[in-house]
Amino acid sequence: MTTATATEKVPSADGGSILLTLMKARTFIALFAVIAFFSIFAPNFLSTANIILMSKHVALNAFLAMGMTFVIITGGIDLSVGSIVGLCGMVAGGLILNGIDLQFGYTMYFNVVEVCLITLVVGILIGAVNGLLITKLNVAPFIATLGTLYVARGFALLSSDGQTFPNLVGKEELATTGFGFLGSGRIIGLPVSIWILIVVALAAAYVAKYVPIGRQIFAVGGNERAARMSGIRVDRVKMFVYMFSGFCAAIVGIVISSELMASHPATGNSFELNAIAAAVLGGTSMSGGRGTIGGTIIGAFVIGILSDGLVMMGVSSFWQMVIKGIVIIVAVVVDQAQRRLQQQVTLMQLAKKG
Amino acid sequence: MALTETHDTILKLDDVTKVYSGIVAVKHASLELKRGAVNVLVGENGAGKSTLMRMIAGVEKPSLGRILLDGKEVEFNSPADAQKHGIGMVFQELNLFGNLSVAENIFATREIIRGLRGIDHKAQIAKANIFLDKLDAGISAETMVEDLPIGQQQLVEIAKAISLDTRILILDEPTSALSAAEVDILFKVINELKAQGVAIVYISHRLEELMRIGDYITVLRDGQITGQAMVRDIDTKWIVRSMIGSDAKDFAKSLDHKLGAEAFRAEDVCLPRRTGGLAVDHLSISVKAGEVLGIYGLMGAGRSEFFECVIGQHPHSTGKIFVAGEEVVARDTSTRIRKGLALIPEDRQREGLVQVLSIASNLTLASLEKFVKFGFHIAGDREKSAIAESIRSLSIKAPNPDFDVTSMSGGNQQKVVIGKALMTNPKVLLMDEPSRGIDVGAKADVFRTMRKLAGEGLAILFSTSDLEEVMALSDRIAVMSNGRITTILDRADATEELIVRAASEGHKSAEQKSIRETA
Repeated sequence: MTTATATEKVPSADGGSILLTLMKARTFIALFAVIAFFSIFAPNFLSTANIILMSKHVALNAFLAMGMTFVIITGGIDLSVGSIVGLCGMVAGGLILNGIDLQFGYTMYFNVVEVCLITLVVGILIGAVNGLLITKLNVAPFIATLGTLYVARGFALLSSDGQTFPNLVGKEELATTGFGFLGSGRIIGLPVSIWILIVVALAAAYVAKYVPIGRQIFAVGGNERAARMSGIRVDRVKMFVYMFSGFCAAIVGIVISSELMASHPATGNSFELNAIAAAVLGGTSMSGGRGTIGGTIIGAFVIGILSDGLVMMGVSSFWQMVIKGIVIIVAVVVDQAQRRLQQQVTLMQLAKKG
Repeated sequence: MALTETHDTILKLDDVTKVYSGIVAVKHASLELKRGAVNVLVGENGAGKSTLMRMIAGVEKPSLGRILLDGKEVEFNSPADAQKHGIGMVFQELNLFGNLSVAENIFATREIIRGLRGIDHKAQIAKANIFLDKLDAGISAETMVEDLPIGQQQLVEIAKAISLDTRILILDEPTSALSAAEVDILFKVINELKAQGVAIVYISHRLEELMRIGDYITVLRDGQITGQAMVRDIDTKWIVRSMIGSDAKDFAKSLDHKLGAEAFRAEDVCLPRRTGGLAVDHLSISVKAGEVLGIYGLMGAGRSEFFECVIGQHPHSTGKIFVAGEEVVARDTSTRIRKGLALIPEDRQREGLVQVLSIASNLTLASLEKFVKFGFHIAGDREKSAIAESIRSLSIKAPNPDFDVTSMSGGNQQKVVIGKALMTNPKVLLMDEPSRGIDVGAKADVFRTMRKLAGEGLAILFSTSDLEEVMALSDRIAVMSNGRITTILDRADATEELIVRAASEGHKSAEQKSIRETA
């Protein structure tokens, strides 16, 4: 979206504008660069099987990164998503395996659709807790979500005493079978999780552009005081973004459990950092107000392809960390440089106009 | 110059000019500061007083011209440079560290150090207390600055300036937050300093104060010096005349139209100040449809705070608000906007605009629900036509509504803020200093728009600290001082002198009250 306006609206072919256009398209350029690099140096990189496998990896991070993008655009941060992934995985696994013990001799079981819905609600509720802490009790987002990070992880471990819920096949007589479809099923050749990603991403991009709350998310992050003065219910907007982030994390929890057909309470550890990295790589500004869903998805692909490609090339995982870190730092440096250049170009245009 | 030379000159500004990006703040001004005297500087907001003083204090460098100290040309690259030459300044906005103690503030950057054992806090506190006692401040040097009321903070700032052994002490509106008793003490200190040969520069809007304390007076208007005299030779009329001048600016002529029924009423609006007292003090006012009410007042009179109370930004405020005869009970901004109130805030950058959004998004920000289809979808065509309509009717010079709002000039940005407020279809428009920081042409546009809107039956309340503006634009003029409305005048009855006098009324009666209480 931003690239399009840049090429159209800056007719003068001076160096500044070309550089600016290149910088704005940096995430695309990075994506093509990693794809080109690995298709040359990593064997079998472009095989269909590998591409689908990579997409499934990327999808997990992309879900979290989308939720994170909205949160970061409002000027906040959500550190709890990794733990929500873990807890929601345990909720789904526990419901399928053990149901809910009603204490008087009966146990209630749910079918897979119900399990998924309940799990999603759990994710949204944890997001709501984050939102309430931040809006009503004025806790800084970093601290509030750091707290829920620990609480959610603790509950995940408590739910099974640290054990894995294995073998989530379910029982035919309880109608709890079919959980594996989400993780390993395919529709028209594409994994189900990719389809879900496409649907959620399109919905999120639509909300950002065509629904009032989307516009308000940007306004709150751009200038919270002005947003308040314009009559935007800032608290409601913030609640929404944290709940959406919880929702996305719950999807990831379900998908991972379904892929593995097991739930482990440590799942999702440090996923939040990858999500933040993808959002930032995709052009989301940590100071709020700027970012796009499309950019974030591309950012998630760059990070995902980078890690998978390096694995395929046999690069040591220690070096992988170093490289990932450098990529993130370079992305932010370029982002800052672009911002400065943009200001200069705007000032120059203003000066020309007189 | 026809001044009798009883004092010698310590500092001379020789034909200085200061240009900011596009704006000339000071034009060829020459000024002499006299040793052992109070040099008073007056002028309206934006006349260039503060810029002039900032050049003397080393905060800004003049674009043209020289500064002569004791006859020698000097150049100040930083406030520290100026301090070395014995120039101290108390800024209008306080420059204190709230999280440090009074003593630490006074000795910031020149702490008393005992070699390796670090700062000698005891000695600092003892010394600081001496300065504070001189001011009769009743402040302990160990208190945290953030725990002090704003008036006492001002005294700390003054104590800090005195502690520097300054030869030239610049006080920029030092009394704006002081009580009458504190003002008396300040004046006593000023007289002591004068006797020691310190040159005082005193900037204030309160004419009585100037007449009481000043020796020499300089009046500024639009960056130029328009009058210089000995205070004993002149009266307040002379000051007002020099401040305003005779050349009329381009104001939209008021159209004759009938006023409608009462559109807005505020009853007994109160807002407590964080540091004690009331920022808005039992304020009641009523405005008719089609009427333009100008609220004149000095800085800190409580105009912005009153507007913010009305729009629902202060949950602690009390009082009742009526729109078209109906009480607005809801206290949140969203509902109040829906009920027909709209505010154009004073600080465009901080409160009016979302800088990262486009011109178009800023315009529709407050009224998105108007364009919504099926309960959630923003209809692009409806939004676009509303934006185009707004740009046309306010003559906003926007080459493309999708550009960033910051790519436009200040005047056009202001029009965007106005457009945003008008999109909500208000019945009552509150405009807080609508002409601040915009150029002459844009000002005329804004004024014309205000008149047009009033003609269409909108009730408009606007605040300003520009006398000329309030006289030319308002149907009625309310003067605010110290959180209260001290007088309401019809335009026909209003004179500049009446307004200026009423603008400091709030403090005077507070003084009388305190005298009565002590008696």
